[in-house]
Amino acid sequence: MDATILGAAAINGLLLGGSYALVAVGLTLIYGVLHIINFAHGSLLMLAMYGVYFLLTKANVDPYAALPLMVAAMFAGGYLLYRAVIGRFSHGKDENILLITLGLAIVLENIALFFFTGDTQTITVSYSYEMVALGPALVPLPKLVSFLASLVLCGALALFIARTDAGKAIRAVAKERHGARLVGIDVDKMLAVAYGIGIACLGAAACLLMPSFYVTPTVGHLFVIVAFTIVVLGGMGSFVGALLGALIIGLTESLAGLFLGEALGQIGIPLVFILILLFRPTGLFGAGK
Amino acid sequence: MNRLLPLGLILLVAVYPFIFDSNFAINFGILVLFFALIGQSWNIAGGFAGQLSFGHAAFFGIGAYCSTILQLRFGVNPWLGLPASVAGGALAGALIALLSFRAGLRGSYFALITLAFAEAFRIIANSLAITGGGVGLLIPMQRSAANFQFPSRIGFYYVIAALAVLSIAVALWLKRSRFGARLAAIRENEDAARALGIDTFREKVKVMALSGGMCAAGGTFYAQYYLYIDPAVAFGVDKSVEMLLVTMIGGAGTVYGPLIGSLLLTLVGEVTRNLTEAQGLSLIIYGCLLVVIIGFLPNGLVELFRMRRRRRA
Repeated sequence: MDATILGAAAINGLLLGGSYALVAVGLTLIYGVLHIINFAHGSLLMLAMYGVYFLLTKANVDPYAALPLMVAAMFAGGYLLYRAVIGRFSHGKDENILLITLGLAIVLENIALFFFTGDTQTITVSYSYEMVALGPALVPLPKLVSFLASLVLCGALALFIARTDAGKAIRAVAKERHGARLVGIDVDKMLAVAYGIGIACLGAAACLLMPSFYVTPTVGHLFVIVAFTIVVLGGMGSFVGALLGALIIGLTESLAGLFLGEALGQIGIPLVFILILLFRPTGLFGAGK
Repeated sequence: MNRLLPLGLILLVAVYPFIFDSNFAINFGILVLFFALIGQSWNIAGGFAGQLSFGHAAFFGIGAYCSTILQLRFGVNPWLGLPASVAGGALAGALIALLSFRAGLRGSYFALITLAFAEAFRIIANSLAITGGGVGLLIPMQRSAANFQFPSRIGFYYVIAALAVLSIAVALWLKRSRFGARLAAIRENEDAARALGIDTFREKVKVMALSGGMCAAGGTFYAQYYLYIDPAVAFGVDKSVEMLLVTMIGGAGTVYGPLIGSLLLTLVGEVTRNLTEAQGLSLIIYGCLLVVIIGFLPNGLVELFRMRRRRRA
């Protein structure tokens, strides 16, 4: 195998992983704090991607300029969704929450199908096809932007959780709900805030993805298994794990595609997922049980 | 009353094509019974034993591909392909269970790994030559009952009716047998079940094999009825979700839940199809129903019937 091709595939894989990172970090935050598996993650990302699409096509807002707006909108959406549906029904077993978020995913996906049809939509901006030389690889500018911005935003989120009072409250709720309530933290509110932040990550991810990706009502399926794989690989609830997991998975996907061909190469991700769950379910950086 | 219910049901299913003999009505009956069958297969594992699966399409797809490949590549009659499919589905169920439960996966983690297995199978079917790749497999039309390609829909109706009734019989047997009681114990509290001396690992592998085999029969029927399968239809998330939906909405862990759920969802599907040409409306309703039922009626619609009976008593 030619070293140049291998190097190019590796760089593309890392860039791909970067764009997965925000999606996975949002998922791992929700798991770490709320201890729920958010199956609606992919379809909420899909909704955000349609948001970016319509902002550009209807209101002529550049996807990158739309980022603050999308983050705010998705945060509000996630907060309300938790308050109105998930929190209200979350009495009982974790399987029930899994099923409720599955129900939400079905509803959201089909609302998109009903109103936007199943057609694939893409956006074109002036920088869509600009290429940047990166070592042996020639990569599209939007992918590089997405990678860098995604790392910066993950870092910012980690700082927020580590340094601010709100972040401290969220960590307290994650560790010890009853204790948090005793010291005067509004636990239900913080849970909704944490869910909102997890979903806000999807708003940012959608803005970064859209210039080099497409959207259909089922585009979330692509990201669901990928995001779960990353989160399980990195250890459920671990921030650093999600980030490193995203890069590893991006690499895996790109290299599997190179060695096994486009069709069979897709098996890399479910295979990693199955192997990790079978042999090390706490993940690479998980705390263990 | 309870003893007459199965007999009445068999009678109703048997005479239905004589009362409603339009093509539309027969097709409707076939759909209801088909989803009742695959829903019941999900129910055996997800409802009776509490092992939630998001990837039952794995077994459905294996059933569909097993008989079809045997038929197209090796000239095996699909009537013989049916038991081969059931065996294949049961084997896959046992294997997935063996691996997952040996690793100690439970609850949501088990749901996620079944999803990953179905996805892995979909990708394999999408990339091999023997499965026809992404193009799928087309079964040549040779209409004859000996070929599992009935000249009229009524033939298909009675085959799926027999399979669905059989699946309900399995559920009835589970309600009464010691095996079913052990599964209920595992569902309610696995650690307590183990403390009582139940080999929970073995029982869970057994129930997944049973469920996988039943689901695969549905796969073979689907392939023969539509004469076409592809990886997305056979192994896609949609099938897994449909099985889960009919069961959860009708009533997980109940004998007639999948049938009631299937009847309701097929009805909703037909009504919405007549209302609008846009896709998705029926699934919006199913999804909302799922959320509401988990929130307010955890035992499904069957509970409504029970409540009425209790009030009368």
